This record gives sequence, C-alpha cells and structure tokens, in this order.
Amino acid sequence: MSTSTKRPQRLIQGNEACAHGALYAGCNFYAGYPITPSSEVMEILSTEMPARGRTFIQMEDEIASISAIIGGAWGGGKALTATSGPGFSLMQEGIGYAAITETPCVIVNCQRWGPSTGQPTKGAQGDVMQAIWGTHGDHPVIVLTASNVRDAFEMTVKAFNFAEEHRVPVILLLDEVLAHMRENIDWPEPGEIPVVDRARPASAKGFKPFENNTFLPFGAGARFHVTGLAHNADGFTVGDEAAARELRRMVGKVQSKVRELAMFDRLRLDDATLGIISYGITSRPAAAAVEILRSEGIRAGLLDLKTLWPFPDHLVREVADRVDRIVVPELNMGQMVREITRSVGGRCEVQPCTRIDGHLLTPAQIVEAAKATLAADGSPGQRPIGCGTCCSERTVHS
Amino acid sequence: MSETYRQFLRASQLPHVWCPGCGNGTIVKAFLQAVEDLKLEQDRVVVVSGIGCSGRTPFVLDFNTMHTTHGRAVAFATGVKLANQGLHVIVIMGDGDASAIGGNHFIHACRRNIDLTALIFNNGIYGLTGGQLAPTTPTGKRSTTSLAGNIEPPFDIVRLALGAGAGFVARTTSFDHKQMTSLIRRAIQYKGFSVVDIMTSCPTYFGRMNDVAEPYDMVHYLRDTTSPMQDCTCRKSEHSCETDHEHEHAEQLAEELGVELSPTGVFREEARTDYGTLYMRKLEAAVAARNGRGGAS
Repeated sequence: MSTSTKRPQRLIQGNEACAHGALYAGCNFYAGYPITPSSEVMEILSTEMPARGRTFIQMEDEIASISAIIGGAWGGGKALTATSGPGFSLMQEGIGYAAITETPCVIVNCQRWGPSTGQPTKGAQGDVMQAIWGTHGDHPVIVLTASNVRDAFEMTVKAFNFAEEHRVPVILLLDEVLAHMRENIDWPEPGEIPVVDRARPASAKGFKPFENNTFLPFGAGARFHVTGLAHNADGFTVGDEAAARELRRMVGKVQSKVRELAMFDRLRLDDATLGIISYGITSRPAAAAVEILRSEGIRAGLLDLKTLWPFPDHLVREVADRVDRIVVPELNMGQMVREITRSVGGRCEVQPCTRIDGHLLTPAQIVEAAKATLAADGSPGQRPIGCGTCCSERTVHS
Repeated sequence: MSETYRQFLRASQLPHVWCPGCGNGTIVKAFLQAVEDLKLEQDRVVVVSGIGCSGRTPFVLDFNTMHTTHGRAVAFATGVKLANQGLHVIVIMGDGDASAIGGNHFIHACRRNIDLTALIFNNGIYGLTGGQLAPTTPTGKRSTTSLAGNIEPPFDIVRLALGAGAGFVARTTSFDHKQMTSLIRRAIQYKGFSVVDIMTSCPTYFGRMNDVAEPYDMVHYLRDTTSPMQDCTCRKSEHSCETDHEHEHAEQLAEELGVELSPTGVFREEARTDYGTLYMRKLEAAVAARNGRGGAS
C-alpha cells in the first residue's frame, strides 16, 4: 500500500489537528479556559506555543479568554481560543466586540450535546445558529466547519486566513466526535496550504483603524482609538445614518465575499435526482449513504458544506435546480435545514433528518430518510418524514 | 489644565462627557502628569477602559486607546501586554467594572501579577446608568435602586486587592492631587500588577442622593471621609514585608477617633517577578529544549 515516495503521515486526533493547524497558520497568541471536549487544543498549545517563542496563557474564564485574544490581536498577535458550548455562550459578548472592532481572531467551538452543561462527552451540531447569530445585534462573522481530521487542520488554517484577510472573527465549529477521533492524515508541508497575514497600511501616518482591512497594532507608530460603540473610520463615536452606514459596511464586507468564502466538497451530484446537503461530522455517514443509495439504483449526490456562514445560497440552489428532493441530515433538531429551505425557495422538497441522542447518524438512517421521501417507483413520494421529534409528519419544521 | 498636557489630549474629542464637579478630570490630570514625569513614550502607552463614566476616559487621551466591554478591561489589557511587553498598559476601571461585573478578572489579575497598572475610578455608585447601587456604595447610603438606604456591606477595593495578592496596592482621592499624582506615578513604575483605588466625586448622583449635591461639598466629603497614612517604613529597609499592619493601624486610629475614615496611601509595595518575565524565562527554556531535540514541526 505504501511506497518510499509516500509523504509523511501522522495518526492524530481532531483536536491535535486543530492545534497543529493553528501553529502552521502562524498563530502566536492563545488564551483559553479548559472545557471538555476542546481541552486537548489548549493542552497541546500550552507546550508547543512557548517552544516556538509564542504566547500562551490560561485565563480565569471564557469571557476573559475571548477578551484576552482580542487584546492580543491589537497587541499584534494572530490570536486563537478554543472552547465548547457553555464557554462559547460566555464568549458571545467578546465575539460581538471583535465583530464591531473588526478584530482578526479565531474561535474554535467543539460542539457538545444540549443546552447548559448537557452531555459534555457527546457530540452534536447544535450550535450552528448560535455561531451565526449568538451575539446581539447585526454583525459580521464567518463560520466554518470540518468533517474529518485533515479538514480540522486545514480549516483551522483557513479560519486564520479569513480572519486576517477580512478582519473579522472566524468561528470554527468542530464537534466532540471529530475532536477525539483519530485518523491518519497527510501532514501538510510548509507552504502547501497558503497562509495569509493581515495587510498593513502603506504608512502609519494618517492610519485610520476602521477605514478598510489594513491593520496596525498598538505601538506601531500610529495612535488611535478602538471602541465597541458605533464608530467612524477613526474609531470615534457616531450615530444615525453614519452608524447605519458603518454597520452595512461591516456586514457587507463578509456577505459580498460569499462566493470566495464558500468552501465545500461535492460528491456524485452531476446526475443526481436526490441531493443530500450536510456539514461537519455528518458528512461522513452522508457520503456512505450516497453510495448505498446508488447501489440500490437511486441517483443520490452530496454537497458537503465547509463554510456555513455567509450562507452559500448559490451552491444550495445549484443542487436544488438539479434534484427532486434534498435531505438535510444534522445532529440537532433542525437548524441548517431552515436556512436551506429558505435558500431552496420551493425549487424542490427539503427533508430534515435529525438525531439528538448524542450519537452520530448512521448511513442506514440517512438512507432510510432519503427513501422515505420516494415512492416505490423512485419518484418523489407522498410520505415525507420529519425530524422525528417536533415535526414527524411534516416536511419542514414550522 | 496646563499647556504641558495638551500633547496628551485629543482636541477633537473635547469637551469630555463628564458632569460639572465630577472628579474624573482631576484624576486624568494626575495621570497625565505622571506620564509626563516618567517620560513615557506616547506611542507606547496603551490605555484600556471598561464601561461607565470612567470608561469614557480613553476617548480624550492621545495614546493607543481601547474602550472595551463592562468589567473586562483588565482581561483585554492582559492580551495587549502579553502580545507586546514593550507597551505601557494602563487599565482604567470604575468600581462597578472592577468589583462587580469584572470582579473575577480583577482578582485573577491581582494574583497573576502581569505588569499592568489598574486605576480604579471609585465614585461609589453607577454614574453613567443614572445612580444605581454599586458594590462599593457605603452601607446606609442611597441610590436609585436603594432609596431607603443600602443594606449591604460594601467592598473595600484595597482589601480585595491585598487579599487577591496584588504586589502594589494604594488608595487615594481626587481631592488630594499631590498624593494622587505621586501614587499613580509609583504604580506605573512598579513592575507587576499595581492597583490604585481612587475615590472620586460624583455630585450628580452620589451627591444628590446623599445630601452632598454641591461639587464643593462633595470634594470635602472625600477629604473628610479619608485619612492619609504614612508609607510603611519597612518598604525602605532591606527586608520586604506585608504592610497590612499599617492598614490595620490606620483603621484602629480611625476607630479611636470615632470616625469612619478610609486610609489613603500605599498599602503594599513588594518586589516580585512579574508574569511577563517568568513567561519569557519559561519560553527561553522551552525554545532551548526544542532546539536541543532537533525541533520537529
């Protein structure tokens, strides 16, 4: 199976891949607070960061952690924190501050089951909407996810790249299963994955901190003001139409880049009549389900979304225009299915397929959900299943 | 204000938002005088604030300034300082910022001993939101959420900082400009986490609610409720010691005099190795160990 020219591989865990992806991306500032199932990211960086001359600090809670990485970014660092649900909830305040101050930083959320303490050692995909909308007020944010260990490495690098290029907080959603799952991955060589650093202004003189995506840290020759209040390009308080204009600019700078930010994989969609749209860990059983359905004569295909926000409408509509039905498997009570339903806009039927007992959806369950949407002759059926929880006999949650 | 400090002010952001009679402007003057005395490089000064009346301070200061979220200023400042230890990072917090919503961050900053200077603008009330009860409001005093008088005991920020392990702890008042300037200067000079609890006047809310509405009376209130104490003499000798006994002494004195006076002055100034220095040592050892073992990525 292997040859002498085979590139270096390592058997590592999702959280290890995330930590090493951060090191690869040049992350030089980490502040965090331990929480299951994300703690390995922090444990690894606690030794690897100082060994590379970089900064690591364990803070007193998650609010302090997000605050410290934002301060670290304005001190000149490429900054990261990693957490899980309860900690992610606490970080919402700081995520809003990072958004309005256009601070490049990365927040990794290893999702676990349920609200509150829930089940710390069970995987879920329940934080998708919180990642997008968790902090108060309209705001810009980019949300990425990963479906395998190599992805966890690469998406961490991409998260930094997007944060740096667009000056925006980037949230990377992992989950407990991926975080602790081990896979053999091709170890990226230096330079194999591009690494982007924030753009500097041509001159510190006359630098306006919120004019565009160029960035200067404190102490680099310009003196300026940073505030969470509505502000102009100089960083000073504004209101009324000026505040509206600034907010539109901030949100618009992410939304207008939806096509270039959209990362995804496609599997056998060319001739598909049944589409599965999934993301994160669920894309693994979904890919297996495609093969099972194909072996039974049902032309299934998969769109695996790696960028969840800004929402890639164009990718979803492309699938919707081609298939009769879309199945959306996810480990929650139906979150992305709503966004997909909106995006599809009636072009075809959309079926949720959910599981919330802390275990992964199996390929067989996704196959079953897909088949239940079809009549015996393989045409769109009259017997749609719901998510089995809140909407068992309906196609979409109400 | 003297011409000397105009270089440190942003003319575009004046006038400031504070009420007539507010003590915050006086604190700003003392702070700028300390910066001038210490010849700090303007480009390398970072002022980080939280939310509230004190939070508005950085707007008017021509340094690198950061107006953060309520209670978190010291956590943001921790990040700024560790990312670039060449910066002089000053944290301005209100009493609510430091001892209510940000209490956890404050006590851990005291314990951790990063080289930051925390100036706490302590007016004993929530000013910006309209005069509500603070954790520092003295028992019996009125606020818009304790009209019948406060039934809770207040936090003593000095004792809080001492208990949490801060290496430099002082208290002063916006009434005593000379002492205030001197203590802020010493706090900035201190290598480690330094705390100056600055009692300041809020005639608009604390004053109006408590029969000291006139700014002049409010300044006298600060004078009459505090008592300057001598610095610990041990500080000048070879051995280091906890100087809490001075604090105890001042409190005993206040008790004997039958007056509830808050002592002002330096309560602790202990030479310690700050977090940044310790981290750099750890980092150098880790880098050396990594190079020694051949340094895989």
